[in-house]
Amino acid sequence: MVETQNGMEERTMYPTKVTGLKNRRRLGETLIQSLLFLAGFFSIFTTIAIIYELGKEAWLFFSLPEVNLWQFLTGTSWQPHINEFGVLPLVSATLVTTFIAMLIAIPLGLTTAVYLSEYATTRARNTIKPVLEILAGIPTIVYGYFALTFITPFLRSVFGSDVVEIYNTASAGLVMGILILPLIASISEDALNAVPRSLREAAYGLGATKLEVAIKTVIPAALSGIAAAIILGISRAIGETMIVAVAAGAGPNFTLNPFKGAETMTGHIVRISGGDLSYDSIDYNSIFAIGLLLFSFTLVLNIVSQGIVRRFREVYE
Amino acid sequence: MSEKARSPRFHYDQNLAARTKTGQVWKVVFLGSTIIGILALSTLLLNILNSAFGFVAYQGKILPSTLAIEGVPLEQQTRDQLLTLLQTNLSNGAYNKLNNEKAFEDRSRADLHALVLERIVRYKVVESWSLWDSLTNKSEIKSLVASEFPDAELKFKSWLTLDFLASQQSSEAVTAGIRTAILGTLWTILITILFAFPVGVGAAIYLEEYARDNWFNRLVRTNINNLAGVPSIIYGILGLAIFVRALQKLTSGEMLGMVDPTSSTGRTIFSAGLTLGLLILPIIIINSQESIRAVPQALRKAGFGLGATKFQTIWAHVLPNALPGILTGTILAVSRAIGETAPLVVVGASTAISFDPGIFSRFTTLPIQIYQWTARPQDEWRHLAAAAIVALLAMMLSMNAAAILLRNRFARKY
Repeated sequence: MVETQNGMEERTMYPTKVTGLKNRRRLGETLIQSLLFLAGFFSIFTTIAIIYELGKEAWLFFSLPEVNLWQFLTGTSWQPHINEFGVLPLVSATLVTTFIAMLIAIPLGLTTAVYLSEYATTRARNTIKPVLEILAGIPTIVYGYFALTFITPFLRSVFGSDVVEIYNTASAGLVMGILILPLIASISEDALNAVPRSLREAAYGLGATKLEVAIKTVIPAALSGIAAAIILGISRAIGETMIVAVAAGAGPNFTLNPFKGAETMTGHIVRISGGDLSYDSIDYNSIFAIGLLLFSFTLVLNIVSQGIVRRFREVYE
Repeated sequence: MSEKARSPRFHYDQNLAARTKTGQVWKVVFLGSTIIGILALSTLLLNILNSAFGFVAYQGKILPSTLAIEGVPLEQQTRDQLLTLLQTNLSNGAYNKLNNEKAFEDRSRADLHALVLERIVRYKVVESWSLWDSLTNKSEIKSLVASEFPDAELKFKSWLTLDFLASQQSSEAVTAGIRTAILGTLWTILITILFAFPVGVGAAIYLEEYARDNWFNRLVRTNINNLAGVPSIIYGILGLAIFVRALQKLTSGEMLGMVDPTSSTGRTIFSAGLTLGLLILPIIIINSQESIRAVPQALRKAGFGLGATKFQTIWAHVLPNALPGILTGTILAVSRAIGETAPLVVVGASTAISFDPGIFSRFTTLPIQIYQWTARPQDEWRHLAAAAIVALLAMMLSMNAAAILLRNRFARKY
């Protein structure tokens, strides 16, 4: 009797129990959710750590009596052993290599993207795209080897070995261009592909040739994506390290001559930190100051690139 | 101007021919630049193969023929004869040191033979040629070696051999190998995966399944995109400051009582693996998010409908379906980590180590080894670097192939 009564009781309790189920605290679920939240938060922590560490050590660097911020930003000589800390030679070398790289990567990358998206047959695209992706996946140290053992001797035989130094920014820049070409090609191709077919059909209907459709209709419609690709490429070139460390030269040199050796910001960091760098030395602090500058450059470029995509994206239904 | 020339129809016809022609010219330009890109890749690979094989002229410090005992040449001597050779030609100190490393009684004849070549004959590379030169100028090379280095032996050599893969780093190009570097790479990658995979997938699950659309979660998303664009060398600097320096107690193994005799600082494989983990974390998160998002909502609803809790649904339905995509993304990220050089230089990869590394020991990796060898001016090291590059690319290629197979094998369509 009692049992049936209990059974009856449970049956009548049923609806309220369901709401009880929903609101019941589940320790395991909460724990797992917190762990997953921590994993998600970890990326914020990484950013904070980057900014904190770069900022802290750079602050220590600038508060040294030998260094002052103004001279760091405007000085044209980086000679740590005689306490000259002008970052411009490193920045100029970075700009020269980046400029040469873009001279290669932008025209080749964009034309490749147009070819793949507008001209190539499906079969050609399905072969060429993976090849370009392989090109993008090869470690940059291999590109550095290529620059030093192939491009540099080539440049020296064309322009004369008295004009082109063994280590030079031209060779590093050219190879960097080859490295960044697939990046620009791939992102631009995605942007071109996203332009709806109806736009192309409309242009053809008005009597445009294939080239005119590509240049006057498709490219303007995909311009935000292309601009973002170029800016990402520049940011990648500024941060690229191993090619310049191997081929561009090992000594700061304030020059815009691409046939002379010069050390970029990244190349300098690698050279200084190779070997056992002792903590709290002026060299140790200086790589954080250069790193902070590098980080700011690339961060601004990345944010600009994302902003362009968000603001100027043409939205089609 | 004639009546005909002024008519719009005439203009159109004139114009059309020119426009079509421009179109054709540009088509060639577009195709041409695509081909240039592919040519660049081929040149890059050919250049490496060109250096990885070719003629080499060796010369020993002592001519091997002078080491013949009672007319028996070096190659045919017995184990005991080789042992006597070592005993008589090496100083006592050097002999005992070798004996301490591994007792002579335990060494095979081939081992002893290699030792004789390495320690007594001491072959050096006097000159080396690329594959192209070796194939096209064979006779010239032979006559050059005969006139300039009469005592040298000329051999066609593949710089990439099993010995090369299996022997330690050495100061002689003839005997140097990449065993240490390969082991270093494998250990580092193991740490990287153990750290980055759970955290990355966890973060992706949080962002896709739990996070509401508020300012904080938007910040996390933007932040991950920005982190993916930070240059790798910045991660190296971060690793140096955090893992090597601030967490030295942990990364040197001191906290776990596992300090490696070769290293008492934080410049260990552990630090290197964690640094690379931070580097590929954003890539893993972004890739995992995409595959989790691709799992149809209906599966989740079905799970909830059967009374499963949120995590039960994720664990039993969402994750198994997203796993192929997640694994593919992870493998691609890891193959990027394998090729990373700059952050490891900053974290403090060593150059000359000749022991099998462990988690808390000093380390070198394949890309670091390639960097070191490329930076040396002598040709023979460039050949070694090329051989190491072939090994590295083979390693990465097989990982990428695995990723593609995995994707094709488990890809599901809804």
